[in-house]
Amino acid sequence: MQSSLAVAPNRAESTLDSERVFDLRTSTVRELNQKLHSLSEDTNEKFWRVENPRGRHAIAVGLDLPISVTINGHVGYYCAGMNKRADVTVQGNAGVGVAENIVSGRVHVRGDVSQSAGATGIGGNLIIDGNASARCGISMKGVNILVKGSVGHMSAFMAQAGTLTVLGDAGEALGDSIYEARLYVRGSVASLGADCMEKEMRDEHKAQLFKELESAGIAGEVDVSSFRRYGSARQLYHFHIDNISSY
Amino acid sequence: MCGIVGLFLKAPRLEPEFGALLANMLETMTDRGPDSAGFAVYGSPQAHAIKLTLRAPVGTDFIAIATSLKDAGLEVREMIPRDTHAVLTVSKNEQSKVVEVLARVAPEVKVVGTGHRMEIYKEVGLPADVARRFSLKEMKGTHGIGHTRMATESAVTTAGAHPFTTGVDQCLVHNGSLSNHCGLRRQLGLKGISFATQNDTEVAAAYISNRLSEGDTLGQALEAGLGDLDGFYTFVVGTESGFGVLRDPIACKPAVMAETDDYVAFGSEYRVLVDLPDIEKAHVWEPKPAHAYFWQRGN
Repeated sequence: MQSSLAVAPNRAESTLDSERVFDLRTSTVRELNQKLHSLSEDTNEKFWRVENPRGRHAIAVGLDLPISVTINGHVGYYCAGMNKRADVTVQGNAGVGVAENIVSGRVHVRGDVSQSAGATGIGGNLIIDGNASARCGISMKGVNILVKGSVGHMSAFMAQAGTLTVLGDAGEALGDSIYEARLYVRGSVASLGADCMEKEMRDEHKAQLFKELESAGIAGEVDVSSFRRYGSARQLYHFHIDNISSY
Repeated sequence: MCGIVGLFLKAPRLEPEFGALLANMLETMTDRGPDSAGFAVYGSPQAHAIKLTLRAPVGTDFIAIATSLKDAGLEVREMIPRDTHAVLTVSKNEQSKVVEVLARVAPEVKVVGTGHRMEIYKEVGLPADVARRFSLKEMKGTHGIGHTRMATESAVTTAGAHPFTTGVDQCLVHNGSLSNHCGLRRQLGLKGISFATQNDTEVAAAYISNRLSEGDTLGQALEAGLGDLDGFYTFVVGTESGFGVLRDPIACKPAVMAETDDYVAFGSEYRVLVDLPDIEKAHVWEPKPAHAYFWQRGN
């Protein structure tokens, strides 16, 4: 196996004054996560860099401190899951379920992400510079997701709250069985899922979208009026026999 | 769960390292499939010859079997035993005679793969052990596929391990499960295709083989599969000169691919690909649902 159990007395060597480096060639993911979890609220070790992630799963999960973690390379599943307050950047692609159940803080992926990005997220920001695969924002409950590329099929499936902003296209069945949440798509939508409909883009929505673009640093580059808004038709909240064919 | 891997070389200079690269990929997928493992390797062909991959109980004396074949007046170009398997290279003209004599002199031996270039190996056990037993690391090749199995619905047996082969130089590995394999098996059975197991994946392999035998290209066969195969699947398929990938439209089963000037590689997860040469410079992407990907070697 590739993970090394080599024991080094001080794995987090300091390069810059304030930056700590963790190399996953010489340490395990568990050691990294335990180290990050053990930091105190008033820690001075606020900047972390993770080298050689080599597609490993569960890197930087469960963080609950205002620290910054940069991961240099592609990561596996569930990276930055359950994130609270921390700012996590992936300099590469991310596997299934990046930032799943994110609570607050910010997760930024420079490359593409696999399916179920930001799944069930209840707050915070997830920014994806590349494309997201299927089921992006599935069951989202308040997270704000911004994808600079396109999203795959069944994105925002059963979405309950938050925003999904897509600068590219959306795949089939966007917003299937959506409760609430606002979906802003600039490109084409292959098809809308059950109970998802296009809605008017009013000023309040343009303002909200502008805020989302602003938090991703692209407010000046992208025109809010080039987006269309999609949301819930609110016909399938409660079971009704007349809607049986739509479920 | 299961893990699948595939490697298709474009650069001949990597061919001597092929087995070592594939073995590493296979071993990385141990935690997705620790029950059994298997792989198919496409090596170099011999003129007017065919390779038969044989499988037999532990301790079978393959060299004695080769002697029996020679005694029966048959030409044995090569017999390379590897643990429970052996690759027997014979003259193409004598293929059916060899199979006939084998059944008589060594009824415990099964012919599990036939190809000009393909050799196929699978066994129960940890992927690293399986790779070691068959000396995968020493094998040269141009392309190949592999599978690590976590059995969920049928017994952990050698016959239930992947890859499945249903045609000359054709094989397939699968992550997922098919829901219409019984009906398809009946339909393919009516065309005279026989099955060695009750496994759903064998039906998918036979489906592709049947399409190819009816004149489809690999790409056409994969695209047709999108309409006819119902269920969850990520397939990686090998033919004598081709390599293909297909995911079902729902695409629950994971897949990552990488391509450089030197190779195309497939893994259930990115971890599989991390030790490939120049992976940092590779184009890494997730293959799209319901889209047939295929590569063909120029001969």
